[in-house]
Amino acid sequence: MRVSLALTVSTLLLACFGSAQGQESEIEILRAAVEELRTDYEARIAELERRLAIAEQNAMQAKYATQQTGATQADVSAGNSGRAAFNPAIGVIFQGQAWSFSRNPDDYFVQAFPFGGEAGPVNEGLSIGETELIFNANVDDKFTAWLTAALALEDGEGVVEIEEAWVETTGLPAGLGARFGRFFSGIGYLNSRHSHTWDFVDQPLPYQAFLGDQYVDTGVQVRWLAPTDLYMEFGGEIFQGSSYPSGGNAHSGFGSYSLFANFGGDVGANSSWLAGISYLDNTAIDRSSGDEDDPLIFNGDSKLSSAQFVWKWSPNGNWKQKNFVFQSEFFWRREDGDYTLPGGAPLLYDVDQTGWYAQAVYQPVPRWRFGGRVDGLSTDDPGAFFAGTAVAAPDSDPMRYSFMADWSNSEFSRLRLQFTRDETGPLDDMQWGIQYIHSIGAHGAHAF
Amino acid sequence: MTRTICVFLFVLMPVTAMAELDIFACEPEWAALATEIGGSHVSTFSATTALQDPHYIQARPSLIAKVRRADLVICSGAQLEIGWLPALLQKANNRRVLPGSSGYMEASSYVMRHDATGNVDRAKGDIHPEGNPHIQTNPHNVAAVAKALSERMKSLDPENAATYKAGLADFLARWKDAIEIWEAKAATLRGAKAITHHKSWVYLERWLGIEEVANLEAIPGLPPTATHLSRLTKQFSGGGADFIIRSPYQDARPSEWLSEKVGIVAIVLPLTVGGTEQAQDLFALYDDIIERLLKARDHE
Repeated sequence: MRVSLALTVSTLLLACFGSAQGQESEIEILRAAVEELRTDYEARIAELERRLAIAEQNAMQAKYATQQTGATQADVSAGNSGRAAFNPAIGVIFQGQAWSFSRNPDDYFVQAFPFGGEAGPVNEGLSIGETELIFNANVDDKFTAWLTAALALEDGEGVVEIEEAWVETTGLPAGLGARFGRFFSGIGYLNSRHSHTWDFVDQPLPYQAFLGDQYVDTGVQVRWLAPTDLYMEFGGEIFQGSSYPSGGNAHSGFGSYSLFANFGGDVGANSSWLAGISYLDNTAIDRSSGDEDDPLIFNGDSKLSSAQFVWKWSPNGNWKQKNFVFQSEFFWRREDGDYTLPGGAPLLYDVDQTGWYAQAVYQPVPRWRFGGRVDGLSTDDPGAFFAGTAVAAPDSDPMRYSFMADWSNSEFSRLRLQFTRDETGPLDDMQWGIQYIHSIGAHGAHAF
Repeated sequence: MTRTICVFLFVLMPVTAMAELDIFACEPEWAALATEIGGSHVSTFSATTALQDPHYIQARPSLIAKVRRADLVICSGAQLEIGWLPALLQKANNRRVLPGSSGYMEASSYVMRHDATGNVDRAKGDIHPEGNPHIQTNPHNVAAVAKALSERMKSLDPENAATYKAGLADFLARWKDAIEIWEAKAATLRGAKAITHHKSWVYLERWLGIEEVANLEAIPGLPPTATHLSRLTKQFSGGGADFIIRSPYQDARPSEWLSEKVGIVAIVLPLTVGGTEQAQDLFALYDDIIERLLKARDHE
């Protein structure tokens, strides 16, 4: 810089003397020199400004970082993301559909499998499903709580139903966790999944026939996760025994219990799997199923065992672009007790039944998914006393074939088209429709 | 009987006697950083790879099993992992790493996050009200997180505090030198204009003085639409940008298509460690990012 300054001074001096003599060439030299200086200075100033900008930014970053590093844990965690934005986190899920049947859905009945609980076909025509209101938050440092209230219209009247209301521990040591309140049992794969995460509009047949769509009851759950690289989860539950396939709060309100174990892992970067077995033991007292106005009554033990397998694939595990899911579950139920048919006396009933489904869903590009599902049921014949009744074995095993295509604009909205060929009755039923699932507000992360 | 117990204890010994910190990182950059500081005293695992979109992975059983045993969970935060991390934490039954405990750390809490809107209107897409979470693209941020991380490691494993302190000092010294080299090398990138697939590069852009002129995603987090892309071809038909940047996990088609239409070069930049063949550690990550930007700029 000093050299440039000297150059400037000498040029100016020279210019003064030069101008006196009025020589054109010297003016040229002067101009060139000034121009050169200007360019030089501009470049230098630009460089200094750049360095200043970066230095300022970094100083700010550094100052911020120092403050944060020195801050207490509580201060920093206040800036952590997650469920702290509103307390409690609130979400609403909207579901509805337009559905069509080739046969009258009012007469829908699967021979030998009188449905209980929420099971049954989708509402015909235009309808809204349950609107779910979800609240959840940490209670304190040791507990977290969750409420799902289902708002529904029943015969034109608004009904609020407590679907789930539970408290879970977050402070237990050694990989233990406990949940209490009203919750979906951890058995099977689909049982604990909210309906907005289902891949089809309805549950597979074994869930409808054996669990009333989903087994939800009031109870306590304890889970333990093994400290191993292979995912190994073991759990047990004890329930009041108030809802299908239980009923009547047997054993002084400790009517049913369950045991389950889940295992899982990865295979390479593309694939992962989850496999599990579970057992649900119910004692039913005056459990009603079938036609609501003219129900069948069951008293006795209902024991349900199941095995499940889920395989998920996506190239490099980059789920958003492309993925494929295969899942299948097998159920085996033994019911031992007595059935009272409408207008009749109790008849001894001891029957083994099985149910299963297999489905595959493929997402070839973001937003679009296509899937197919086969589900079926099978039963022993309960004997001659039941001939011609609702629980007698059907001529052929009930089966269904379903196909769906859905489009999700974002992870918060989904539109679905589904077609089902229902071979559960004496005559086949063609069912199809469109469904929407939308959510607003806080939305919890989905389990595998 | 005693012998049986002895044998049993002996079998258990190797597991309990290992005095190392088990670190579960949500993203590869934090796993790499933990290794830089902790060396052989830490064992690190990254939940995602550079070839996965960290917004959207499955809450896989294998990840739950890893969180179960972790001493420290370090994630970018600012809701980047909101779609899967809560599910892992809920299932893992590990109280030591829950938010609010010393075993849980969100890296972006220790730097100045850009673009914090506070706005949660989802019509604007997959936005992060707490700011852009892709903080690792500015090495000054990494230095800030390194300091905080070593503090955590010291408090969780006081026995090896001196090692972590030395590890940090060594890393920061090397990092400072590297930053000087990167900044000198990238000086000519100042004022360059970039079209990016997603808003993944805002920290890099502000660091190097690159101007972001457009995104391929019309709405953050939603795939680029045909309408938006054709609008971009009109906007950039006469040039107006130096490169179109995407990350390795993003669909190549939109940027390649636009590149072909408007003649602006499309490039892949590693968003984290492992994103390219060259970017195998934190130092190589920035080497490669700058190398690729310079090469693309000179390609014009």
